[in-house]
Amino acid sequence: MNAAAVQSYMRSGQTLPFCPGCGHERLLRDLDKALVRLQLDPKTVVIVTDIGCIGLSDQYFATNGFHGLHGRSLTYATGIKLARPELTVVVLMGDGGCGIGGAHLLNAARRNLDLTLIVANNFNYGMTGGQHSVTTPLGGHTATTPGGNTEGPIDLCAVAEAAGASWVYRGTTYDSDLAERIAQGMRHAGFALLDVWELCTAYYTPRNDMNKREFMDLLSSSGMPSGLLVEKQRPEFAASYGERSKAVAPPQRMVIERAFASSLDRQIGIVIAGSAGQKVKSAATMLARAGVLSGLDATQKDDYPITVMTGHSLSEVNLSRKRIEYTAIDDPDYFAVISEEGLKKSRQWISRLSASCNLYVDHSFQIPDTRARVRRLGLSQLSKEAGKLSLSVAMVAAMVADGKFIDPQALEKSITSFQSPKVAEANLKAVRSGLGAIQERSPE
Amino acid sequence: MEAVVGLEFIEGNEAIARAAVKAGCRFFAGYPITPASTILSNMLELLPPLGGIAMQAEDEIAAIGFCIGASMAGSKAMTATSGPGISLYSENIGLAIIGETPLVIVDVQRQGPATGSATKGADGDIQFARWVTSGGLPTIALCPATVAEAYELTYRAFNLAETYRTPVFVLSNKEVSMTCEVVDLDAIELPPPAARPRPLQGAEYSPHQFRRIEEVPPLVDIGDGHATRYTTSTHNKAGYLTADPAVIEEMIEHYAAKIESAASDIALYRQDLQEGAETVVVSYGVTSRAAGLAVHRARDKGHRVSSLVLQTLYPVPERVLRRAMQGVRRVVVPEMNLGQYRYEVERLAPAGVMVSGVNRMDTTLLAPAEIELRGQL
Repeated sequence: MNAAAVQSYMRSGQTLPFCPGCGHERLLRDLDKALVRLQLDPKTVVIVTDIGCIGLSDQYFATNGFHGLHGRSLTYATGIKLARPELTVVVLMGDGGCGIGGAHLLNAARRNLDLTLIVANNFNYGMTGGQHSVTTPLGGHTATTPGGNTEGPIDLCAVAEAAGASWVYRGTTYDSDLAERIAQGMRHAGFALLDVWELCTAYYTPRNDMNKREFMDLLSSSGMPSGLLVEKQRPEFAASYGERSKAVAPPQRMVIERAFASSLDRQIGIVIAGSAGQKVKSAATMLARAGVLSGLDATQKDDYPITVMTGHSLSEVNLSRKRIEYTAIDDPDYFAVISEEGLKKSRQWISRLSASCNLYVDHSFQIPDTRARVRRLGLSQLSKEAGKLSLSVAMVAAMVADGKFIDPQALEKSITSFQSPKVAEANLKAVRSGLGAIQERSPE
Repeated sequence: MEAVVGLEFIEGNEAIARAAVKAGCRFFAGYPITPASTILSNMLELLPPLGGIAMQAEDEIAAIGFCIGASMAGSKAMTATSGPGISLYSENIGLAIIGETPLVIVDVQRQGPATGSATKGADGDIQFARWVTSGGLPTIALCPATVAEAYELTYRAFNLAETYRTPVFVLSNKEVSMTCEVVDLDAIELPPPAARPRPLQGAEYSPHQFRRIEEVPPLVDIGDGHATRYTTSTHNKAGYLTADPAVIEEMIEHYAAKIESAASDIALYRQDLQEGAETVVVSYGVTSRAAGLAVHRARDKGHRVSSLVLQTLYPVPERVLRRAMQGVRRVVVPEMNLGQYRYEVERLAPAGVMVSGVNRMDTTLLAPAEIELRGQL
């Protein structure tokens, strides 16, 4: 900044809205002093506040102010800082916010983005009637702890440290060096937490018959250490993110150029029903791309359960010279079942297939009554020839050989153009196995 | 990024991610959820090489919180989730509305409620998107039917979000987002990217300044030369808390008026109206494709049937709907839910016109034959 030094970052002529004796006023005055020490351009400082009395604070500063939802202040601060790392972002949150937004506190500490979080910790919810919070001491009296608090308090500093916070301080609004501590936290390049204990003169202090001395005793008897508790160097998140980004290569596009002819004059539906791990989806994509290489429109719709390497995997591919509107296949033309799981998922469907459908199943499969033309194959033999991971591809090739709806060369082109050399080699072998798999042309 | 000219075979979620980048999105945050996760994975690949940021947040609330912060600091921002995540976004969507925050929210709908069927499609969040937050202020929502449309509408969603300073929904469906189709993205005609309105040089700045009630206030991003304000609490034009009922009323009217007065500009639709039609089919999203086939089947049989496909669901394109329903006896609304958009159609239908639904919420697509039969086309 040029010109004269900034004397105060608070808007002039404003009276703070806090109860007489409330710790928030002392805290804000020290935050102002810290800002004066740092002499930052007020337009580059963002004060993000949470909900509760402390949430009223941002509007008394001549900096940017951002007042968000309860417990979520760290999330807005994160977005602001990531979008504009040059800004200085300070978060003011109460002990209430640390409860409802606990996940954000843990993750801000873990992430180590350069934010400064000041917790105005007065052991209860001052704005809503003095209910207990996650920092209410054992035995503490609040509106919602009849007979005294029996839920132990969280040691915010210990929690933040365990989560990886790189700068942690605990003190009170009576600390003579609080302004300097806040400035230190703001200078720290990483996530800084100041757990600042305060009086709530409306609720907590009177309910617990507490004066300043007893308040100070509370800190010493809590077993929680105070002062600068953590100061370590860890990579700051935005800087690391920028470094890491340099290593991310933009994705390669797979552009399909039409190279083959197809005699297909109607929309056909091809279904492959197998198991997770059988590469059903990628074989279906290979087929669909071969269709596009052949001048056709194509769609692919997949179905699978919420499990990953177990359960069925079923893909529906439509091919058509005209634009495909309806992507489901109610009346398939080609239907391949390549595992017992696939068969189980397809049983009802098989019993509804029409006479124009070619159904490809293993010799051993017990299939329901169907009008479809059943073609039996030796799947275990085919799997041996093609390789276990390429059985789906071999089956697609078998259907192409049988149905002649596209040129088998389009399949090979689809594989060599869009698959890695190693995968392509295995799949090309599988195509050759599949093309010869159906010897018998007569239906059952 | 290099321009790609040619055909690709991609799923809707990839199209959504690439449209966002094309529109200038440089900040994305999301939380993994089927069927929206591949938007997150695409953005993690697309944004870093462009100097943008893509984050996996600790939960959905953080995801939208990051986006609101980033948007107010000047980044075009997007988040993507499914029904369970929209539930968690609810409160922050209200914040984005009253903070007048440009933001694109993709809801890849899946069968609900609750966890529902994670890998199955539905259009179950149609009214949820309209009434998504407390206070009942209007939202903008676009609904794609195809992978190509997912690209176009996501791009347009950014323009609307920036132009109107408001969150905009892209209401996708597993059946669009995780279905692969052939597209030529560069052949899709798009308007130029829109920028958020800016104040005149040297003018006094207030974050919610407007003269006419429907005017979209100019926006200065945090860090751009003004000490600016943003707040979740009821506020005046300057962003300071207020309890003055007259000011509150004006602000609330403003949030609604800026969207509702622009309804005609925001309305996107395709219509195929037939002279003397007795029936009009009103559809949207993936179901509109089967509805289109059903209409053609009915016409082949000599029935007179019109079709209106809405790409903008909110604000409801009332004029378009009213016009399409003029002179018909029946309106059929096929939906992958229990009949959510039918309510909007019913309230606009001329007296004496019968509105009926063809509904399915069993995770399967409505088939053309079913719409024709149950819709009595």
